[in-house]
Amino acid sequence: MKPYNNKAWWLVLPVFVLVAFSAIIPMMTVVNYSVQDIFDPSTRYFVGTEWYREILSDPRLHDSLVRQFIYSFCVLAIEIPLGIIVALSMPRRGLGVPVSLILLALPLLVPWNVVGTIWQIIGREDIGLYGSLLNGLGIDYNYASSPRDAWITVLIMDVWHWTSLVALLCYSGLRSIPDVYYQAARIDRASAWAVFRYIQLPKLKNVLLIAVMLRFMDSFMIYTEPFVLTGGGPGTATTFLSQTLTQMALGQFDLGRAAAFSLIYFLIILLVTWVFYTAMTHNDDKG
Amino acid sequence: MSLQLENVTLKVRGETYIDEANLQLDSGSFNVLLGHTLAGKTTLMRLMAGLDTPSRGRVWLGGRDMTDVPVRQRNVSMVYQQFINYPTLTVFDNIASPLKQAKVARAEIQRRVEETAHMLGIDHLLGRYPQALSGGQQQRTAMARALVKDADLVLFDEPLVNLDYKLRESLRVEMRKLFASRDTVAVYATTEPAEALALGGTTVLLKEGRIVQSGPSGEVYRQPCNMEAASLFGEPPINLLAAEIAGGECRIGRQRLPLPAAWQHLEEGHYRLGVRPHHVSLAPLATGETLCLPVQVRVAEIGGSETFLHMTHDEIDLVAHLGGIHELAVDQALEIHLPCAEMFVFEPDGELLLSPAFPATAACA
Repeated sequence: MKPYNNKAWWLVLPVFVLVAFSAIIPMMTVVNYSVQDIFDPSTRYFVGTEWYREILSDPRLHDSLVRQFIYSFCVLAIEIPLGIIVALSMPRRGLGVPVSLILLALPLLVPWNVVGTIWQIIGREDIGLYGSLLNGLGIDYNYASSPRDAWITVLIMDVWHWTSLVALLCYSGLRSIPDVYYQAARIDRASAWAVFRYIQLPKLKNVLLIAVMLRFMDSFMIYTEPFVLTGGGPGTATTFLSQTLTQMALGQFDLGRAAAFSLIYFLIILLVTWVFYTAMTHNDDKG
Repeated sequence: MSLQLENVTLKVRGETYIDEANLQLDSGSFNVLLGHTLAGKTTLMRLMAGLDTPSRGRVWLGGRDMTDVPVRQRNVSMVYQQFINYPTLTVFDNIASPLKQAKVARAEIQRRVEETAHMLGIDHLLGRYPQALSGGQQQRTAMARALVKDADLVLFDEPLVNLDYKLRESLRVEMRKLFASRDTVAVYATTEPAEALALGGTTVLLKEGRIVQSGPSGEVYRQPCNMEAASLFGEPPINLLAAEIAGGECRIGRQRLPLPAAWQHLEEGHYRLGVRPHHVSLAPLATGETLCLPVQVRVAEIGGSETFLHMTHDEIDLVAHLGGIHELAVDQALEIHLPCAEMFVFEPDGELLLSPAFPATAACA
């Protein structure tokens, strides 16, 4: 028999260890919690799918899930087109390039809770710059009492914070288009729309895929901004999935339910991202 | 329609890109712009197309001053070194795109696209996307797009550079055929002298933004107006030797040779002798006067059935293009024979004085 040299396993081992500690073990811990009722380390009962069934019929989850989907949809519907427009209108050469890049990168450097605090102050109807201005103009605006205003404020915050990411990604995609394409289009007398539709958009497809997935995942997990602004209020108007989960896990210390919730949450993100990915790449062979 | 450039100059931030270009390109002609990289071939084409506006001078197309007419309002087309096609459109739609922009009727589009595709031999690929095509097919698609709209001016910016040589040869032959019956001005930029000769037509020699010489390709090759033109048009470039005619002798470096009869009438003084690499011979020639020079071999590049022999004579670099395989050692001493009948004689300032078998008549642009 041929002797085998198994030393190569040592080279792969670090990867196994890394993946185990960073993904598999934490995940299995959550799975462990989600199928048991644990009172203390020695008193625990296997409950099977009970937590899952309870969670899936929990109106709190339903409500925040619907809110979450509407919110993520709004974020994508605003930020993706806006980011493309910003990227298209950015200068392609000269001093304007570094200036606009720096301006766009600035919001990305601000931490989430700072963004929340900034807008919480700016939006206040008594002393906030925009809040008092709007009310002074006779527009009734109060994020603390009106769910609509709270939603608008959270959305504006997100758009302010993250549109630059989409714009920067698109800009890098646009920059990769050689000048001759634009030249050829001019010679073909192609309209601006034709240039966008047949030259720029196809080249942007890959970065847009990344932008859509990043913005979806991130907005689907939003926590800090609405929490800082109104604590999820008024009422539960801006209580999204992660805040519901946090309340359950830490507020009520309901670990079994929270674990089941987490896994469902994770699966939803995985599923939606997969749907996006397949939808945007299924006709890749056509270029 | 003919294209005329009149004192066309392009300066960008004080730097001259094109210097006083004067050219007359006739309707139905095939013109080759020959020059090294950075000679200004692409820039000149951009000026012809109207992608750039000259800082000075006029561009006339069919007797109309087009200098300030933007490219969108002209009827030109261009093929690039890169294969430029719309990635999300089929070959058919790619070729049809200029016609669609021009709002041509659908049936007419169908007819013209099929006709052009047939000419270029891509009619079986019309339903495919560019990504599913080979490089040659992609470039044929781009060419079809340029030809389909019957432009007044068709520009080719080194279109065959990114193709392998077999494809290059076949496309080159086809291009001449495609334009033989057309009423357009075709301009073709290349860095390769052989390509300019193979394409025939007219050659315009370009160097550092200046037009050195223009005329029928064969004529420009045989009668370069000066040393610059001679060394531009030839690969490897022509060998140039400083020579002095004095006291009935021809002195090349420290070498003193009897003055050939053909040069007896030249006044005493300094000249430059030019001899094309394929005229250099290792064996003494049976007929005609020759100059014989001792040389040292630097390197012999052997390519299939030919040898490029690089040598030095008195620190002057010389190249010979020899038929057959010659394996020669580095630093080997040799004698080469240069036939006087095939040599160019230039004035010290570079003007052509004598060319092989022809009286010097060519004038520089």
